Amino acid sequence: MSAFLQWLSTLPSLVQVPVVIGAFLAVVGLLLFFIELAPRPGRKYTIIRMVACVILPLGMVAILDSYTWAIIGAGFLGLLLFWFDNRSRHGAGHLFQLVGFLSPAAILLVAGLIVPTIQTTAQSFMNSRGDQFVGLENFIWIFTQPQGVRTVLNTVAWVLLAPALSTIAGLAYAVFIDKSRGENFFKILVFMPMAISFVGASIIWRFIYTARPADQDQIGLFNQLIVWMGGEPVQFLQVEPWNTLALIAVLIWVQTGFAMVILSAAIKAVPIEQLEAAELDGANAWQRFANVTLPNIRSSLVVVLTTISIASLKVFDIVRTMTAGANDTSVIANEMYTQFRNFESGRSAAFAVVLFLMVMPIVIYNARQINKQRELR
Amino acid sequence: MSRSRHGRFIALMAAAGVAVLALSGCGGGPGVPAATTSAGTATGGTPTEKSEVTIYGTIADAEAKLLEQSWADWAKENNIDIKYESSKEFETQIAVRAQGGNAPDLAIFPQPGLLGDLATRGFLKPAPAGVAANVASGWSDDWAAYGTVKGTLYGAPLMASVKGWVWYSPKEFKEKGWEIPTTWQGVLDLTAKIEADKGKAPWCAGFGSGDATGWPGTDWVEDLVLRESGKDVYDQWVANGVKFTDPQIKAAFEEAGKILKNPKYVNAGYGDVASINATAFGDVANVLVKGDCSLHHQASFFSGFITDAGGTVGPDADVWAFILPSKDGKGSSVTGGGEIVGAFSDDPAVVKVQEYLASADWANSRVKLGGVLSANKGLDPANASDPLLKEAVAVLQDPNTTFRFDASDLMPGSVGAGSFWKGMVDWINGSDTDAVLNQIESGWPSS
Repeated sequence: MSAFLQWLSTLPSLVQVPVVIGAFLAVVGLLLFFIELAPRPGRKYTIIRMVACVILPLGMVAILDSYTWAIIGAGFLGLLLFWFDNRSRHGAGHLFQLVGFLSPAAILLVAGLIVPTIQTTAQSFMNSRGDQFVGLENFIWIFTQPQGVRTVLNTVAWVLLAPALSTIAGLAYAVFIDKSRGENFFKILVFMPMAISFVGASIIWRFIYTARPADQDQIGLFNQLIVWMGGEPVQFLQVEPWNTLALIAVLIWVQTGFAMVILSAAIKAVPIEQLEAAELDGANAWQRFANVTLPNIRSSLVVVLTTISIASLKVFDIVRTMTAGANDTSVIANEMYTQFRNFESGRSAAFAVVLFLMVMPIVIYNARQINKQRELR
Repeated sequence: MSRSRHGRFIALMAAAGVAVLALSGCGGGPGVPAATTSAGTATGGTPTEKSEVTIYGTIADAEAKLLEQSWADWAKENNIDIKYESSKEFETQIAVRAQGGNAPDLAIFPQPGLLGDLATRGFLKPAPAGVAANVASGWSDDWAAYGTVKGTLYGAPLMASVKGWVWYSPKEFKEKGWEIPTTWQGVLDLTAKIEADKGKAPWCAGFGSGDATGWPGTDWVEDLVLRESGKDVYDQWVANGVKFTDPQIKAAFEEAGKILKNPKYVNAGYGDVASINATAFGDVANVLVKGDCSLHHQASFFSGFITDAGGTVGPDADVWAFILPSKDGKGSSVTGGGEIVGAFSDDPAVVKVQEYLASADWANSRVKLGGVLSANKGLDPANASDPLLKEAVAVLQDPNTTFRFDASDLMPGSVGAGSFWKGMVDWINGSDTDAVLNQIESGWPSS
């Protein structure tokens, strides 16, 4: 990879653009080719798959300057999977195959999720050097230092406000533009912020909130509007508790598009017969929406709400970029990072555990909802 | 299953196996660090071998260019390629990079406390013999102590700055007949007088500094703790013997607050008290040069910012400075800062660079370029050309001067580069002093 980039840097800048785009398209095309190929039965496809399993990882490893062992490992895995694939066509060794195919995912899950969870929990009961058991001291610290409770409460505020407001905004927007002329255009307008990273969005909004002294030119949009209307510039990011709301607005701005797209698709799937039947029964527009549309899109609403709830529980980039937690705007994820980089791994882990406990109910609820939907089908 | 099919399968396996072996064999050096590969291209293992040393620090922009210039000749002579990288998020990033296994070869720590954090956790290498010898011959015991953690020397001081200067316009003072104050009460009286004469805020302040926002505020508090309560309280405060919640520390906050939290006294050219947090510390030079602001508290390095803003520095020039006076006007107490170079690697090339940076040769080479000081004994005072730096040298060399290193830089990172900075921001923003002091104290490490 680095060799490719170095070679690229020697080219004139105008040539680099088509090369980069070409490489990108080639990779995307290759991925689509194999995705398309995967479900097809037959020996020819098996062979192509097998070659891909070996050659692709090998190629990657060679390009990435990685370790010799990785090459052997990838080749071994490819052959193993090919062998399982081959056996399965003869209907032999069902359990054997199951274990064989699941084990890579299982190993990754254990190494990437279960072990770290246990490690973090253990660390949250240790001191900052991780060499002494301190019991609940780190948790007591979180809930007794002046800003600790505030940090947790801010996180709760995020999780209450951001999902509700962005879902309501997205739903309203989806309903109003439904079947209107230029619907796609309106959708794109609101969906566009989704394409901006949280850090990018935060920088944009930090400029929008910027305040300059009254006698200087304002560079922030909001304060310019306030000054034009004869007001005094406001330090949006410093006036507590409104600064937390100013930060939440950024997440809402980003997530409304997501809510709108999912809910718009759900609204389109509402059976037209039910709406017509309700209309014949004399239901007005609001009654049709509340009694027909809403129950029909309930499962989508749950998905949207829980997804945004989880996003707002672990919000970090927005707070870090805009205030770094100053002026009582800190949230758990930001404190987690701050403590970690100050070598307070125990306190950092304790924050992580608190966050984990807060996310759990939402994740469990979401999983149960998805299960219920499967049963209905 | 037909025999031919089986055969083909085996052939395929064999072909793949050969491919694996061939690729793994021809891979040769994948995974070998780039430094070694580039070294391998040079001839043999002679001292002319060219190698790369990475240095990471907070010194940025124009200052970084001077830094690179200061070692350019030496690096060329010794055929060592020094790559300097700067970041205003150094304090955050160095810990993350060290813990993530992506540390630079050398790091220039502006905070001995942070150096101590990394040293006691085993990330840093103890100073090699050559560096230790240079430290022993070049620096006083006080300065050597800043690079020493639990009895082991980890690095040599690099540059030094004297803090606690109050910047003002000599011309304006002469015109209006204002006098340089000699006591802290005199500073407050002068402030009131200027406010009455000009009808606008005399002081300007800017605490903005990215992730490090708030540090200029800690300098205010440190200066006042040293001047109001003396060096013993100051030393105990650094060691957490005197807590932030102690009345003596609270008194320093309140004295500083008489200026910083009074909307009539700040923030000249920028608006209300809260604008202190939103103003970048370097931007203040602009209003100071323009004359919107009459008084500003900042370390000796600020002369570089004034020059950048188009002003001149000198006793009869646009802007000049006096040391913030002590409580009773007797003797002078100053706080100061400096950098310590710590090493994450003990590669011979890295050791060579570290030794050079610890030498008087380097100190002279850098100070000659202007803008900074070094506390190295081998420094030729004639090399300090800037009038302010000459003044700073005089302050440092005066036997009556009580010198103390910046307290927040000596405290552990979780306080010095954490809760103290954040506490200053909250305090300026209007939080209650007791609540802020509690919050800062709670940042002290658990063990």
